[in-house]
Amino acid sequence: MKITATRLAMAATVAALGTAALAQELPGPVKARQGQFNILAINLGILGDMARGKAAYDADAAQKAADTIVAVSMINEPPLFPEGTSEMDIDGTRAKAEIWDDWEGFAGKWSGLGEAAVSLQQVAATGQEALGPAVGQLGGACKACHDSFRAPE
Amino acid sequence: MRRLLGFLALVALLATGALWMISAPDPLPMGEFADDPGGDPARGQTVFTAAGCASCHHAPESEDKLVLAGGQRFPSDFGTFIAPNISSHPQQGIGAWSLHDFANALLRGVSPEGRHYYPAFPYTSYIRMEPQDVVDLWSFIRTLPASDTPSQPHEVGFPFSLRRGLGLWKQLYLDPAWIVPGAESDEMRRGRYLVEALAHCGECHTPRDAFGGLERDAWLAGAPAPDGKGRIPALTPDKLGWSAEDVAYYLETGFTPDYDSAGGHMVEVIANFAKLPPEDRAAVAAYVKALPDGGAMN
Repeated sequence: MKITATRLAMAATVAALGTAALAQELPGPVKARQGQFNILAINLGILGDMARGKAAYDADAAQKAADTIVAVSMINEPPLFPEGTSEMDIDGTRAKAEIWDDWEGFAGKWSGLGEAAVSLQQVAATGQEALGPAVGQLGGACKACHDSFRAPE
Repeated sequence: MRRLLGFLALVALLATGALWMISAPDPLPMGEFADDPGGDPARGQTVFTAAGCASCHHAPESEDKLVLAGGQRFPSDFGTFIAPNISSHPQQGIGAWSLHDFANALLRGVSPEGRHYYPAFPYTSYIRMEPQDVVDLWSFIRTLPASDTPSQPHEVGFPFSLRRGLGLWKQLYLDPAWIVPGAESDEMRRGRYLVEALAHCGECHTPRDAFGGLERDAWLAGAPAPDGKGRIPALTPDKLGWSAEDVAYYLETGFTPDYDSAGGHMVEVIANFAKLPPEDRAAVAAYVKALPDGGAMN
């Protein structure tokens, strides 16, 4: 009985976390790069919600979020994008093969993120009204890269 | 027996003739858009942005999205379509066209030589364009730089290589009627005009039937990506649980409510929407929020 209950719970967990289960099978570098983008999204969420007035402005929290985004932007990318990990090679990634065809272009886009992150870092604690444009600029850096290098869902 | 064969041959001939007539290109009457009254290029630029012309017609990998040299590839179940040069170059582009030629292309999918265009060019949406927008767009698009890059032929196999067949396709699917009837407010009408005409959202977000026509009963209900990899998401409220403000913010910044950022061709679409006034993004959001579940139209 206990085994059955455990199994049921496991089955339910697997069903509920289908995508998480899939992510478990991804190569380490792919999990790592997806993790860094998740960290970016979480911290952009903190700043974006403040910019949109969905959350109260908090200079200290905004600065920490911006600092974190800068830190992520300094991660060296090549080890996270080994050959054979494009969307053509494996399921569970939206990294287009163009990344490897045009590594220089891709690296340039990552640098663009770094520049936008530093601009954001400089203004994050100066007041709520500065956040909107800076977050927008960072979003521009995301899109500039996704335009060529990220596949749709 | 001989008489029967003769009769059958006659029937076949008549049927072929009828098909040939039905499939003939149906251009605008010569009088329409015959005189170019001269549009407003500034207004035309907004139409150009909302209609996403540059998104498909700029050269691949080009940073300058206003050189409409063509060359981007659009794979589909019917073959690969390659966007043509629509720059102002008189030979390679559309620099020698008249306003009438331009309107025929946009609103009827017919070339100046009287041939059908493939509906990868979304004239099935542009057919709903207001005449003044066509005139203004024409006045703007001619100000853009010329490119001498030749257009490449589409990579489309038999039988889809027979363009005449598109005449039959148009009989089935080229329809100027609005998909969502009865938009009550100015905002809803503007949103509907942007979604159903200029921004041609349905071309990717609505599934297609076996002949490549949009399934109007599943309007904006999401569809497989035309290149066969992944899915284009649904925009209907039963699938997309975003607030109207979330939709407008996404169209401005590319950020989802979870601060994930758009990928693929949607990036270009957002770059366009970001340049439009906030009221336009709000209008699209209002339209999307009012869609029926599953895109079921009556």
